[in-house]
Amino acid sequence: MAERCAVIGVGQTVAKSKREDVSIAGLVREAALAALEDAGLGFADIDAVVIGKAPDMFEGVMMPELYLAPALGAVGKPMFRVHTAGSVGGSTAIVAAHLVASGIHQRVLTVAFEKQSDSDAMWALSVPQPFSAPLLAGAGGYFAPIIRAYMYRSGAPRDIGMMVAVKDRLQALKNPYAHLHLPDISMQMVEDSIMLWDPLHYLESCPSSDGAAAMVIGSEQAAGVATAETGRPPAWIHGMAMRSEPTMFAGRDQVNPQASRDCAADLYRQAGITNPRADFDMAEVYVPFSWYEPMWLESLGFCEEGDGWKLTQSGATSMIEGGDIPWNCSGGVLSSNPIGASGMLRFLETALQVRGLAGEHQVADVRRALGQAYGGGSQFFAMWVVGTDRP
Amino acid sequence: MSRFPDLASGSRPVGVVSFAQYDNVRREDARNEVEMLMPVVAEVFGNIGITKDDVGFICSGSTDYLVGGPFSFVAALDAVGVWPPRAESHVEMDGAWALYEAWVLLQEGEIDAALVYAFGRSSMGDLSEVLSLQLDPYYLAPLWPDPTSLAALQAQAMIDKGAAGEADFAAIASRSRRSALANPKAQVAYDRSPEELLAEDYEVAPLRRHALPPLSDGCAAIVLAAGDRAYEWCERPAFITGIDHRIETHALGARDLTVSPSARLAGERAGVGAKKVDMAELHAPYAHQEMILVDALGLTEDVDLNPSGGALAANPMMSAGLIRIGESAQRIWSGQADRAVAHATSGPCLQQNLVCVLEGV
Repeated sequence: MAERCAVIGVGQTVAKSKREDVSIAGLVREAALAALEDAGLGFADIDAVVIGKAPDMFEGVMMPELYLAPALGAVGKPMFRVHTAGSVGGSTAIVAAHLVASGIHQRVLTVAFEKQSDSDAMWALSVPQPFSAPLLAGAGGYFAPIIRAYMYRSGAPRDIGMMVAVKDRLQALKNPYAHLHLPDISMQMVEDSIMLWDPLHYLESCPSSDGAAAMVIGSEQAAGVATAETGRPPAWIHGMAMRSEPTMFAGRDQVNPQASRDCAADLYRQAGITNPRADFDMAEVYVPFSWYEPMWLESLGFCEEGDGWKLTQSGATSMIEGGDIPWNCSGGVLSSNPIGASGMLRFLETALQVRGLAGEHQVADVRRALGQAYGGGSQFFAMWVVGTDRP
Repeated sequence: MSRFPDLASGSRPVGVVSFAQYDNVRREDARNEVEMLMPVVAEVFGNIGITKDDVGFICSGSTDYLVGGPFSFVAALDAVGVWPPRAESHVEMDGAWALYEAWVLLQEGEIDAALVYAFGRSSMGDLSEVLSLQLDPYYLAPLWPDPTSLAALQAQAMIDKGAAGEADFAAIASRSRRSALANPKAQVAYDRSPEELLAEDYEVAPLRRHALPPLSDGCAAIVLAAGDRAYEWCERPAFITGIDHRIETHALGARDLTVSPSARLAGERAGVGAKKVDMAELHAPYAHQEMILVDALGLTEDVDLNPSGGALAANPMMSAGLIRIGESAQRIWSGQADRAVAHATSGPCLQQNLVCVLEGV
């Protein structure tokens, strides 16, 4: 049976357009060292290292765990590299947690990163495939038609996406690690920015960032030691789940994917969640393009299908407006998107919130938080619940 | 007598119960990765009369750089048909590591079976160039050292140390390709003496062509099942009694290339030496590397080495390691072996190694 496990240390780098001051190894080490320090540990205390990142073409290094092994103190240890597209930061954390939950290891260092300034990420993910007509450029090009379908189904007014774009960037101002700090952000500013893929304006899209995130996941015993050493509490993992569905299948609902609903259902069953809006105190959800907030609100069961936009409109998801279910207090993917790291940043931020260590963007009295990441053509989902209480 | 072999306390018995691989070829021009995988996945399920609905987790291994496009594993999932949606993951590593991830999950007890698959077409690009991109991008990759040249440095280091000679490499190649004659999936198989092979020109001294792996397109799949489920699907499951993997530092100058401390450590943690080993399938793409691994794993002379022909017979990138596990399992099912060691490697000159010990009861 599964052992209890917890996040006992987290670390992240400031996300920036270009981290020209560090090599790839330097970037990941920054996050790793911060996580180790937070956990009161050194590299020697770690049993295994699990790294995750998005396509290697974003840096031009194939299978970079080979090059990074010494930088992450992995020599002589098991080292793993997960790749599940955009959800990878989340699935990496889950793979790492299973190494502890299965009883195999006591302390696992998990790192997710992207140094995508080393390439052009938008074009790196738009490489034409044989026998496929190139229909789009950029991830937004893939999601825009899906978003339009959501707007049509739900009857949402056109400004909902822009409200999310403003909210997340305002919240990012309270997160020193966020890439985008746009103090003048406003609905008008977003609307005036160039239209990229209808209905997504430039300012409704995620930035392209260099960044790394790291966590130390420990067993119950390791969590006890860490708290005794550092005085900082763990974030107990109450549940974790992953689901995937096919890319090309006529039976898919790309707007509200079955894999998302099934993943959430499994997760909620594990963590004893029956009413997400009431049971969670905050959530960090992968919203790389503004409209994904109302869409995921529905898919994750925070409201009835078709009402997600109303929840956003009401300010319920805004920390700044004192909403009851703040989402993406860190600024979310809309404010920082080192692609491989973004999923882990979601999970990491939930751990910070539950441990009371989120600083200026801390929500009061967080007992349970949801972390969600998605990837591919809305087909890969990784989610977890962390809480203050030992399960 | 217990139905399950001795395991570390708290471990759950997980067995390899089905295995399928593509006919390894130099170039599969008529089918893409999805089309290659579909019959292999159908076969791995069909062998034991199950469907995708009978497995609780799917994990695959592959690399974008072989295809030359991002997210290449995404399309491959269509080969399995994950509908309804399933718990699924992917590693940008040889399928042997995907198998490890599935094994870890099976230990927790929530699921009883998993599908593991791996694929890769080396023919899509120039593999030598592609694998040079696996190296430190600041100090090593700009020199474009191809894997054969790096392997040659390792082989030369062994010769300089007095640990081996070219005749040893030829003997391994001769034995492996002869064994491959009995392997219907082998790509390169022949009956040539070591003396004949030594007459070949060098590719990169001291390695002659016979000491190199072939370039292969291929894919493979394995079904893992835990506890009693393993016996529902297989008369004599090949149980994993130990599995471990370790990595060494990357800079070649910082390693002693003539030994493999990571394979040694992984072998110890996997319990290779605990009982008699009947056979070993070692993922040694270059002939000289077999000697390094035999030494690291403490394999004695009576162990049947690479009865399939090993990676010298076929080296489909990203599935060659998984295939070593499958080839071992097959021989346990048939009763040819009771205890096997399967090994997988990744990175230049055996930088990372996985060891899996399999036993039949």
